Amino acid sequence: MVRSRFGRWFDLKGWTLLLIGAPYLWLVALFLLPFLIVMAMSVATNTPTAPPFSFGGEHPWINLEPYSRVFSDGLYLRAFLTSIVNAFVAMVLCLLIGYPMALGLTRVSKSRRNILLMLVILPFWTSFLLRVYAWMGLMGKNSWFNGLLTETWNFLVPLDWAVRSVPMMYSNFAVVLVMVYTYLPFMILPLYASLERLDPTLDEAAMDLGSRPFQVFWDVTLPQSVPGIVAGGMLVFIPAAGELVIPSLVGNASQPMIGRIIQDEFAQARDWPMASAVAVTLLILMVVPTMIYSRYQARSEGTK
Amino acid sequence: MKRSTTFLMTVIGFGFAFLYIPILSMIVYSFNASRLATVWGGFSTKWYVSLLSNSQVIDALVLSLKIAVVSATFATILGTMAGIVLARFTKFRGRTLFSGLVTAPLVMPEVITGISSLIFFIMMAEWIGWPGQRGFTTITLAHITFSMVFVTIIVNARMLQSDRAIEEAAMDLGSRPWQVLFDITLPVISPAIISGWLLAFTISLDDVVISAFTTGPGATTLPLLIWSKVKLGVTPDINALATLMVLTVGVGVVAAGIIMTRAEKRRLAEERMAFRNND
Repeated sequence: MVRSRFGRWFDLKGWTLLLIGAPYLWLVALFLLPFLIVMAMSVATNTPTAPPFSFGGEHPWINLEPYSRVFSDGLYLRAFLTSIVNAFVAMVLCLLIGYPMALGLTRVSKSRRNILLMLVILPFWTSFLLRVYAWMGLMGKNSWFNGLLTETWNFLVPLDWAVRSVPMMYSNFAVVLVMVYTYLPFMILPLYASLERLDPTLDEAAMDLGSRPFQVFWDVTLPQSVPGIVAGGMLVFIPAAGELVIPSLVGNASQPMIGRIIQDEFAQARDWPMASAVAVTLLILMVVPTMIYSRYQARSEGTK
Repeated sequence: MKRSTTFLMTVIGFGFAFLYIPILSMIVYSFNASRLATVWGGFSTKWYVSLLSNSQVIDALVLSLKIAVVSATFATILGTMAGIVLARFTKFRGRTLFSGLVTAPLVMPEVITGISSLIFFIMMAEWIGWPGQRGFTTITLAHITFSMVFVTIIVNARMLQSDRAIEEAAMDLGSRPWQVLFDITLPVISPAIISGWLLAFTISLDDVVISAFTTGPGATTLPLLIWSKVKLGVTPDINALATLMVLTVGVGVVAAGIIMTRAEKRRLAEERMAFRNND
């Protein structure tokens, strides 16, 4: 084989350089750089030019006005509050439904378990948009599901409270319900992964020592599954807080979530610095808790 | 113990009902003759006919499939490289930044990825005149970027499980590093690469938010088309479209699951045979 100079260089370190360099450069160019541009944009000044921003002028280089507006203007504060409350409620509901499901999955026989796990994942592979759409069909005024709920309600309450249909669509309730529906697999899977690893003999030992089943769960199972709870919680909370599609389809337009605000500031108001400042604030709200947790986890693992 | 198991099984039952009733309802109503999408008016397949003769839908589907194939392929190549790097090169300058870059897109809310990609493409057009127009290329570039990290995670997990000794043996026998990569490492992690491609393909095909930000005039992907239609309310032909997608994906996932389980079993059996022959 002819060994060119390139061949020798490639054998020695070229291939390593290529292997590291290609994905590295790609992520720097198309992920880090765009994000740095947004960071820079968030301290620029909105101007009626194209593109609608500039540095310098009245506020030389750094203009913190967009950030001060994020924390003083009721519009942004309300949107942040709506997003965080909706995402938090969705996360807690996912946990309340997902935890017993994940725990139950660890108790069924191995062959059935694989089928059930596949059934948990299957909706995740179908279109996200169509899962939202499926609930639009159910929540609408004339649907069989709404009819069923209406009849149940009218049967249970006094005649004065009777309704013609249950008002579900275009509300925060609808947003949370659809979020729980679309993100539930994200909660079940990490919970299942952490519960499956637990040693069943610990449960048995606690039982032998006289604990009741609920005590065993509370003292033995639950503390050991905290990493799964946190992982599932983040996988639900982060996308839910930044959600754009679900509120646009089933949400209340007068109570926008933060994703909608970012889009509107950019496209309608053409205030790019403001859109960027809101985006950076959202990211800080998401990332800081994540970082604190991972540091805390690294430290607790270090002491073990 | 008995009572708690009954409770858990009940929750599982309700949980699966919660997951599947909306989808089943959608499938049933796709065969509804009534124009009102939520009122039953007899059995009909006319919405399938109208859907399949709608050229807008077909064009959007073709565009989505093209973007998904191209972006999944590039994402798999780049993501596999990154996964191998993270698993095998424990020390190099800038590794911390590298692992940060690989995990950051996973925890980034989609809106932020979307808006930063859009601003990036606009600024690049301003500074260097590229991209002249947003559309197929910009959507594909954005999809590659955020789906490659999923491939990285899958490949990295597989690499950490696989036995390094085989690679070291090949090195000792005189293989060059890149030969080891192509002859040993890649075949060993090929199941992970295939799952990575499938995942990247689905993520791209399903994406709404990032496509919405990075698209341009004339480039309407299927999710973008559905989004704009669904904003106006529930329509019967979307029910039909949903049914077709759910069935395709369902059949695909089940088939892939069966094929992969079989391949895994065969691989394990072969490994056992190989070890037995060595004894």
